[in-house]
Amino acid sequence: MTSSIAEKRDITSKNKNKKRSQWAEVWRRLRKNKMAMVGLGILIILIVSALSAPLIADYEDVVIKQDLINKLEEPSLEHIFGKDEFGRDIFARIIWGARVSLVVGIVAVGISVISGGTLGAVAGYYGGKLDTVIMRIMDIFLAIPSILLAIAIVSALGPSIINLMIAIGISYVPTYARIVRASVLSIREQEFIEAAKAIGASDFRIILRHIIPNALAPVIVQGTLGVAGAILSTAGLSFIGLGIQPPAPEWGAMLSTSRAYLRYAWHVTTFPGVAIMITILALNLLGDGLRDALDPRLKQ
Amino acid sequence: MHKYIFKRLLLLIPVLLGVTFIVFTIMSFTPGDPAQLILGESAPPEKVEELRAEMGLDDPFLVQYFRFVGNALRGDFGRSYRTKREVFAEIFARFPNTLILTIVAIAIAVAIGIPVGIISATKQYSLMDSISMVGALLGVSMPNFWLGLMLILAFSVGLGWLPFAGFEGASSIILPAITLGTGAAAIITRMTRSSMLEVIRQDYIRTARAKGVAEKKVVNKHALKNALIPVITVVGLQFGYLLGGAVLTETVFSWPGVGRLLVEAIKQKDTPTVLASVVFMATTFSFVNLLVDILYAYVDPRIKSQYSK
Amino acid sequence: MSKKELLNIENLAINYITDDGTVKAVNGIDIKLDKGETLGLVGETGAGKTTTALGIMRLVPNPPGKIIEGKIEFEGRDLLEVEEEEMRMIRGNKISMIFQDPMTSLNPVMTVGEQISEVIEIHQDLNRQDAMKKAEEMLELVGISKTRSNNYPHQFSGGMKQRVIIAISLACNPQLLIADEPTTALDVTIQAQVLDLMNDLKEEFHTAMILITHDLGVVSEVCDKVAIMYAGEIIESATLKQLFENPKHPYTLGLFGSIPNLEEESHRLKPIKGLMPDPTNLPTGCKFHPRCPYGTDLCSKQHPKAIEIEEGHRVKCLIYEGLVDAEVKK
Repeated sequence: MTSSIAEKRDITSKNKNKKRSQWAEVWRRLRKNKMAMVGLGILIILIVSALSAPLIADYEDVVIKQDLINKLEEPSLEHIFGKDEFGRDIFARIIWGARVSLVVGIVAVGISVISGGTLGAVAGYYGGKLDTVIMRIMDIFLAIPSILLAIAIVSALGPSIINLMIAIGISYVPTYARIVRASVLSIREQEFIEAAKAIGASDFRIILRHIIPNALAPVIVQGTLGVAGAILSTAGLSFIGLGIQPPAPEWGAMLSTSRAYLRYAWHVTTFPGVAIMITILALNLLGDGLRDALDPRLKQ
Repeated sequence: MHKYIFKRLLLLIPVLLGVTFIVFTIMSFTPGDPAQLILGESAPPEKVEELRAEMGLDDPFLVQYFRFVGNALRGDFGRSYRTKREVFAEIFARFPNTLILTIVAIAIAVAIGIPVGIISATKQYSLMDSISMVGALLGVSMPNFWLGLMLILAFSVGLGWLPFAGFEGASSIILPAITLGTGAAAIITRMTRSSMLEVIRQDYIRTARAKGVAEKKVVNKHALKNALIPVITVVGLQFGYLLGGAVLTETVFSWPGVGRLLVEAIKQKDTPTVLASVVFMATTFSFVNLLVDILYAYVDPRIKSQYSK
Repeated sequence: MSKKELLNIENLAINYITDDGTVKAVNGIDIKLDKGETLGLVGETGAGKTTTALGIMRLVPNPPGKIIEGKIEFEGRDLLEVEEEEMRMIRGNKISMIFQDPMTSLNPVMTVGEQISEVIEIHQDLNRQDAMKKAEEMLELVGISKTRSNNYPHQFSGGMKQRVIIAISLACNPQLLIADEPTTALDVTIQAQVLDLMNDLKEEFHTAMILITHDLGVVSEVCDKVAIMYAGEIIESATLKQLFENPKHPYTLGLFGSIPNLEEESHRLKPIKGLMPDPTNLPTGCKFHPRCPYGTDLCSKQHPKAIEIEEGHRVKCLIYEGLVDAEVKK
């Protein structure tokens, strides 16, 4: 019938273009999304200022050194966000704090993606008892709210930037294990995997070359949103004294010490929070945009 | 259905064992000798040794774990290193405060999130939709403890309408509950909207319209019940996040709940209290999830019939 | 207008306006239908059949869909003019529709009884109990035990679900039933059963029907009249007998050529060459000309008019306007 010819045409043209332009197509769709572009723009500005922090303000002189005479100074042209309770420039501390937040966020998500992804890939690929055992353990981890899990880990290991990254990283492992497992399950039975097996490719090679690239899209989306979550967790843990320790500049830690001065100096509390909010907002916008761009079916 | 609930309760046992095992294992990494901590730095070594033996700290790890579980089942989580009081009693005294705060917060989140999500979806691309979506985006992007500080700044310091912090009468719950509930409200709004948009495109909605069902009824009767199914899951999950988030909110507002107890215990290296608090909250979360699953079965006949088989 | 006439569609045009361009789904079609009559609306996927049906129901999703022009006269009134509230009282009552996919057309969280009784409650002055009683009668009528009225859709097979949908659509004894490929999604063995059921009930209730299909075999069994759609236009319309004995349009002939025929010995099927045109970028002139074996230069420039070559048999092709010289045969 004629309609089946139309279908065939559709399928062949899809296959032909799929590989070559898949990422170009994603980028084209992403670029059309204004909100995602705003997010990406903010993120680029943040990364650039974090990288150039030493050029903007000297760490020892401006970020750490106290100037108690000018403490809690209101915002002015010279110090646009004002000064904190030790007379340090808040703008400089926020810029240096961006380094901490971005690094902790990205490394923590890296830890979760690699360990969670591996567990999920192994569980999905081999299936059977191994799958059951891994996923039951993941379910148990999911039964503990992630911030509580992170709190427990940091409180046992002691507060330090490394422990913070490990704690937050571990607390998000189950999320990625689930996502990757689901992707693997959906492609494991497909013909090209059979074909790779038939020509004698090793399991490791199949997972690395065929399965991981196919599971990439959901991981990228979740990873972008995950960095946002990790930055929030970092700030939260620092806020209760379990994260970055003073005098190092970290947004959550800055908020924690500012609490005592809430009555006298609004700016000390306001700006670090705005910094967190804008960062999270940018990551959320980009993450949502990526999701729509990677899976146009989901877009209304 | 009763059989299903019973089965789910049984399944909860291994989960809770797993949860306690994970938390117990993590806490065992805490540096320092508990016996030394209890007796203080200056205690003579033989006294410490004596207490270690008494507490069973020299036993194999698994033995210690099962002893902990056995005691916990009897409501015995040991004594606080600091206050020397029963940990269980201390948590139990504060737990209602955390529960009230979390329930009020989730109620606010649901009361805002679901109607706004529905309106947003049915008037897609309208001004109302844009405003609520921007609001929801800001809501998920704000750290809740900072929102708390800003609310204090506005309503307590600035306007002087509401108490600064603490636990004095009904009005003192307003700011903490808004603080805790905002993020969840934003997530529930987004979920309701996208779920509603998904449902409204389904063939059975077209069938309803083709039957002559009024548009209002199409939304409130045919679409809503289907759209709420995934929202229920999100509400359940949010409840868990709120229990975690309560740790921060309670710190901001000096709210006398388990969360603040936990933070204080961590600062004072009071391991039994930390362990018990985390186990307590994780257990609550598991029960909430169970409740959500049961609710799910009531809403979705497809799931219900799966279980009655 | 004759007393027998039920539906008279004139020059109906429906577009979908999207970011990627305007899809001209329906381009000026005319349909006439008498009471109790059955019309087969035939065409390939994407020819605009479903959009036509949704247009009659005024259920074209808007945005992106928009009825550009034309009129849909039903019982002497233009449906495009009536208020939405009044239209709602017509839907499911005087005109009802059966959709293509029974698997997704029923609400998963309502019992089938509720879904049938709902339409009765809306359009008939019955209370809940009486409506439910009537719903149970309808279930029995389509061959499902009334004891199953409080079952949910997922407890039924595809064919059973389509029976439920038929019960919903006939519950208010409509003047016009629009069936959009009602059997396409069903197993071949079930298809005949469902079709027979629809045909019997249609006779019993004396309902007119528009049967949308791409299957000429189905048309020959059920329909009185046939309209062939291509790229949003009706390119040939005739009585069943006229069309099957004396098809005129090259596309119609192509459709017959692509059906296996057991009686005539034929060595191979002759599928229509080429593909359905892109609806955002339709060809000029006759929309079929790129695929037409008789296509000429003129066909690409001049849009053919509908020519009545015999009473009730109209065709849109320049050959029959005498502008293109060709001898069309099977």
